[in-house]
Amino acid sequence: MSILIDENTKVVVQGLTGREGQFHALRNRDYGTKIVAGTRPGKGGENVEGIPIFDDVEKAVSETNANVALTFVPPAFAKDAVLEAAFGGCELIVCITEGIPAKDEAEMYDILKKETKASLLGPNCPGLISPGKANVGIMPHEITLPGNIGVVSRSGTLTYQAVHELTNLNIGQSTCIGIGGDPVPGMSFIDVIEKFQADSETEGIVMIGEIGGTAEEEAADFIKQNVTKPVVSYIAGVTAPPGKKMGHAGAIVSGNKGTAEAKIQALTEAGAIVVKTPTEIGKAMKDVING
Amino acid sequence: MDLFEYQGKSLYQKFNINHPNSKLIKDLNDLNDPINLNFPVVVKAQVQVGGRGKAGGIKVAKDINELTQYSEEILGMDIKGHKVEILLLEEASNILEEYYISFTLDRSEKKYLIMLSAKGGMDIEQVAEENPDDLVKFHVSPSEKLTTSTISELINKANLNKDHEKSLSEIIENLYLMFTEGDCDLVEVNPLAITDNGVMALDSKVSLDMNAKYKHTYFDDFEQEIPIPESEKNAKEKGLNFIKLDGSVGIIGNGAGLVMSTLDVVAENGGKAANFLDIGGGAKAETVSSALEVLEADQNVKSVLINIFGGITRCDLVAEGIIEATKGKELVWPIIIRLDGTNSLEGLEILKANPNEKIFIEESMDSAAKLAVQKGL
Repeated sequence: MSILIDENTKVVVQGLTGREGQFHALRNRDYGTKIVAGTRPGKGGENVEGIPIFDDVEKAVSETNANVALTFVPPAFAKDAVLEAAFGGCELIVCITEGIPAKDEAEMYDILKKETKASLLGPNCPGLISPGKANVGIMPHEITLPGNIGVVSRSGTLTYQAVHELTNLNIGQSTCIGIGGDPVPGMSFIDVIEKFQADSETEGIVMIGEIGGTAEEEAADFIKQNVTKPVVSYIAGVTAPPGKKMGHAGAIVSGNKGTAEAKIQALTEAGAIVVKTPTEIGKAMKDVING
Repeated sequence: MDLFEYQGKSLYQKFNINHPNSKLIKDLNDLNDPINLNFPVVVKAQVQVGGRGKAGGIKVAKDINELTQYSEEILGMDIKGHKVEILLLEEASNILEEYYISFTLDRSEKKYLIMLSAKGGMDIEQVAEENPDDLVKFHVSPSEKLTTSTISELINKANLNKDHEKSLSEIIENLYLMFTEGDCDLVEVNPLAITDNGVMALDSKVSLDMNAKYKHTYFDDFEQEIPIPESEKNAKEKGLNFIKLDGSVGIIGNGAGLVMSTLDVVAENGGKAANFLDIGGGAKAETVSSALEVLEADQNVKSVLINIFGGITRCDLVAEGIIEATKGKELVWPIIIRLDGTNSLEGLEILKANPNEKIFIEESMDSAAKLAVQKGL
């Protein structure tokens, strides 16, 4: 097994007719992912390299049984696109779009949560890959290897780095997920880790965080209470200059959380193995698996 | 993007939020025109750093002579490394009561957060710590409206003066609109005051969400008024995400997480990064050559580490950019390169086909960082 996507996943691509959407969707299809539809208002009936285009997601879903949407539309239209996918019947929406205003993200998340059952990954994320089964997003699949380690990260390129370290040591992955670093991400570390914990094929979890926000501290709490599988973690930004605080309001809300030290401490206390460099991720996981 | 106080107050104007009459000056000659303000007038240095009052950047003038004198004193003053270029002259208010209010996004709740306190005008962080009950916190669902009855409840809960409920409610409603419709990351008013002239927002701390720039034409105007440190100007013009640091290993990478991590790995190997430079996703050859140009301007750089993990970024284009920027040039410092991911083999071939004795290729992030530190000694 893997989580969220597998060989049966059927993907509708929003923005398939755009340059980036097309490049990555075709790459995903070449990998074996079932890219069954694309949408573009007014272009229904056309096709991109044999992938049929529909006017909207609802039509695409009813014609092709797509269950996952992959979104490449520009920031100004992303909120509407994501909601369209959710109300159109997709159970998972992977939003790659970068630069969506925080208010749009917050509203989008709120509506999704209250009115739909859909899960959102991103925005501003690299998507996810279940090696050997499906790639939905922009991750370079060449660096992955099918196996039993779940990888979750806030940063795109650091996800690749971590996967690369695992693959180099012949440690395969069940699913690799980039949740994105925007102010209001859809799925959190916790949502993903919960699924890895429940997945019978996932034997260990790699979690990559970075400074800022409190998502890693919250994940640490969750791990402490609910996770029995080994967790290897890396936090980027130990030497980065401290970020600005959002006025006194920001200081009151975040307190002393958000620093690399606070995150490392919380994760260590939760029983995770926290390594100092991305290179150590692979080795630490190898040691854990070999007991 | 953090705004100056006067910029935040120009947003008050736009959103009908009552604030003192004021005038902006950049030059003493501006005082030759009629200022049309009633004395006393507060002279406020416009700097983006806290503690300007203690540094002598705020003074109350009772007549035009004092106004001229204080303006002369404060203009050009250095407050914690920030030079005062602009003064905000404001009619002083007779303050009866001072409150605190702020609007932010609470990331962990994924909702908007309003914080309100009757204990404004002082260190609100201290109030929050010592008397948390005096700070009312309220979350608003982003897809719902903030109703008048909710505002009324908040005013009640925070023990604000009920005699002014109507004006308070109005100003809170408009501040909330400014926060949401105006795409602000933060709106903080301390103090929100009851004065002889009614309820007024006396200060402004506003930060804008620059992702929403396309919705509001004035974001651009504000941005142009905010000075950028000399060291970051060049990079900004080239559209690069660059922050100057004080070490000697120049860093170029793709993706904020990987660049941050590169800084850490350089430190692990005993070095110190000269900068943070993220070329972003999908960088073209010219992005990479401009990144190298930006580093050339930094005298402290002794070696450069280029750490790329291609996803949406193609390593062959990165390699082309490096060759473009270095071909036929006497390099001032060694460049250590690590390429992985999308089209990395093509990228490495391009580099090998154009050898340069100061360019070194390393296979891993660790070994590249180690060599960059060594070469920079």
